[in-house]
Amino acid sequence: MTSVVLNPELDAISRLIVLGAMTLYSIAFVMFSVSLARAANAGKDKTQIARAALFERIALIITVVSVVAHGAGVLTRGIAAARVPWANMYEFSVTGSFVVMSIYLLSLIFRPIKYLAAFVTGFVVLILGSATTLFYVEVRSLMPALQNYWLLIHVTVAILATAFFMIGAALAFIYLMREWEWFNKTKSPLVVSARKVLAIMPKSDKLERQSYQFNIIGLILWTFTLIAGAIWADKAWHRFWGWDTKEVWTFIIWCIYMGYGHATVTRGWDGKRAAWLSMIGFVAILFNFTIVNLYFKGLHVYSGL
Amino acid sequence: MALRQQSKKGTRQKPKRAPRDYSAEVTSADIGALGWARWIWRQLTSMRTALILLLLMAVASVPGSLYPQRTADPNGVTQFFQANPQLAQTLDRFQLFDVYSSAWFSAIYILLFISLVGCVLPRIGVHWGELTAPAPLMPRNMSRMPAYAKFTVATPAAQKTAVDRATAQLKRERYRLVREANGVRAEKGYLRETGNLLFHASLLGVLLAVGIGGAFSYSGQRVLVEGETFVNNLADFDSFTPGLFFNADRLTPMSLSLTNFSTTYDLNNPSNRGIPIDFRAQVVSRVGAEGLPKSSVIRVNEPLELPGSKVYLTGNGYAPVVTIFDGKGNVAFDGPVVFLPQDSNMTSLGVIKVPDASPSQFGIQAFFYPTAAKLKSGALTSAFPAAGDPLLTMFVYKGNLGLDSGLNSNVFQLNVHAMKQVAGGKSGNKAIELAPGQSAKLPDGLGRVYFTGIKRYASLDITYNPGELYVLAFAILAMVGLVMMLFTKRRRVWVKIVEGGIEVAALSKHKDSNLDRMLEHFIKSAKIKNVTAKPAKKATK
Repeated sequence: MTSVVLNPELDAISRLIVLGAMTLYSIAFVMFSVSLARAANAGKDKTQIARAALFERIALIITVVSVVAHGAGVLTRGIAAARVPWANMYEFSVTGSFVVMSIYLLSLIFRPIKYLAAFVTGFVVLILGSATTLFYVEVRSLMPALQNYWLLIHVTVAILATAFFMIGAALAFIYLMREWEWFNKTKSPLVVSARKVLAIMPKSDKLERQSYQFNIIGLILWTFTLIAGAIWADKAWHRFWGWDTKEVWTFIIWCIYMGYGHATVTRGWDGKRAAWLSMIGFVAILFNFTIVNLYFKGLHVYSGL
Repeated sequence: MALRQQSKKGTRQKPKRAPRDYSAEVTSADIGALGWARWIWRQLTSMRTALILLLLMAVASVPGSLYPQRTADPNGVTQFFQANPQLAQTLDRFQLFDVYSSAWFSAIYILLFISLVGCVLPRIGVHWGELTAPAPLMPRNMSRMPAYAKFTVATPAAQKTAVDRATAQLKRERYRLVREANGVRAEKGYLRETGNLLFHASLLGVLLAVGIGGAFSYSGQRVLVEGETFVNNLADFDSFTPGLFFNADRLTPMSLSLTNFSTTYDLNNPSNRGIPIDFRAQVVSRVGAEGLPKSSVIRVNEPLELPGSKVYLTGNGYAPVVTIFDGKGNVAFDGPVVFLPQDSNMTSLGVIKVPDASPSQFGIQAFFYPTAAKLKSGALTSAFPAAGDPLLTMFVYKGNLGLDSGLNSNVFQLNVHAMKQVAGGKSGNKAIELAPGQSAKLPDGLGRVYFTGIKRYASLDITYNPGELYVLAFAILAMVGLVMMLFTKRRRVWVKIVEGGIEVAALSKHKDSNLDRMLEHFIKSAKIKNVTAKPAKKATK
């Protein structure tokens, strides 16, 4: 590469589009939540149930529109920077949340997990919110260490894995709420209404199974991320493994999800403990992405901040 | 290790768990040494232990990311020791600067891998037995199987047709089957356990390849200024880290010259100005005593692959060429000086030691600004990383350089403790400022200094690790095993002729939410229903 042409004007447009998508997601999030609350209180009232379903349908349409806009934001950012749009924290957040949303919408075709929509849209609003306010940087060219096709492979797969782990963790969270004895017995009014929402979600064994399915796909993708990262590290950093802070955390996350995989087939560890591991694993991913990126010293210094 | 605790007797795990069974852990008082050994072995190779060790390894990895590690960040460790000597010593006692080679970390992964071997080895035998054995026997009580259906089939002829059709369908679905007088038994999905074993065996392979490869590996660093040649022997490296079994005879005879180093900076985009876009080290290599010179370009991400080693570009900088005549008019120094970059605009710091000068030894601390500019405070800085308007400034110190003390001295540091500053600072003389081609007289009759030109240098890493390809191969095998294991279902199907009808049952050796649906689908596609009336009973649990 000998010259680059950046387009800051297009980047400004991209940022506006992303903000627009974020606003739409926020609206969808509110509507999904309202729909859940209505469905929870509807009982056997058919008009109430129908109204909740209508809310959900409208929210879903808004989400689809928003994902399209979000994709346009990702694309324009890439064109503005004249490269793949995931080379710093801002871009990783925007592209990553786009992939999370896309994977979620695609999953709806294969798995009835519409009840997760409020979780997923809420999560994506949080990510986009911090991306546009805390992580934003202007378009820059790639440092030579990043100019490699492994950037495409390694990072894409890492983002995909994160999307699957996110949905797996959300399911594990609902599962844990269902299995929480105090939560199911207490008469505190706030919990009672939350319990109503929980009541319209699937039973524990189904949640457990769905969470497992998302997590093992995540685990396979994460294993690939680890291997692809090592191949790239061997080219860029003259060794395939060197316990760099980011490598360490990628390894830690892999161990946690491997532990999860084993837990699901170990008596006494399947069920609640496995669900906890799924949650811990996802927290480790968020930690790896935020705290390790910003505060830990290492070779993966790509936050751009 | 996966699936170890799975239902051995064929009862599917229910969603609600049974209370934990501690009976395996309760041992009688009198089991003897062998009994204890067996008990410890069984505990170690149990999946619960492996699971806990795995999580322990995750936790034990954390401190390595909190504290600088000697292998990844040696400078960080030195700084930590300088900043908190007391704490550093305590941490060092617990090997917290060498986490991944520490006794406690090693203990965890060695135990984990012993557990893995103890688990995988016997299972390879068991699996081999299953692979070569015919499909498992028909259960006596079919209705106890997790998926079950029964049809009324009146005549023996119709019964036989049904079994024929079932057999044909099982064959189409690639079941391994045994036809019996009273039915057919079948099993498929052996790939699941094969994948499971392949995955775990490959992890062992990765560990061995990393260990053995590392023992025969080496890694060396060398700073090469344009025009210099490196010869592959121990004396020619700036630093060298051999593996445990490394032998200097293994260094391939090879030489490498840096003919040119160039950097491309972005000049066009305002937000991006001065950001390096490309680094290129033009080199000429020669392999073996009579090898022909071959020119190539080393870039970041594109190492030079030579037989027996790979050469990586890891850093670069400026090497101003300086000639110094001492007070008596003799050449006391002549050549390029490697300067260390201090910021993104390549403001660089270098040290020149002139031990052979007469009448007195002296040393120079110098700054190099590729594109010199003045800050408001009057201090110099570099405004751009390329050599647009280069300037070299020098602070001169006279006196003993301390090179005869026998201690290894750092070429990038001037110990001015016993020296007197004669130019720059509070010495009364101005610091020397030179553009290329200029010269200046040194104060105190020390001589004269010429700034004759600018060269660039490249920091190269020369490494060799014979384990690399094996690590990659095992890692890929592990991944293949993982996919095979997680996407294959091990299922058994039986079709049995009973009094006045036939029974169909299925069993999975693991959690299998689709078993009922699979059996339903099987019955439909085998067209067993065509032979009979409607199912007399169809229980699913």
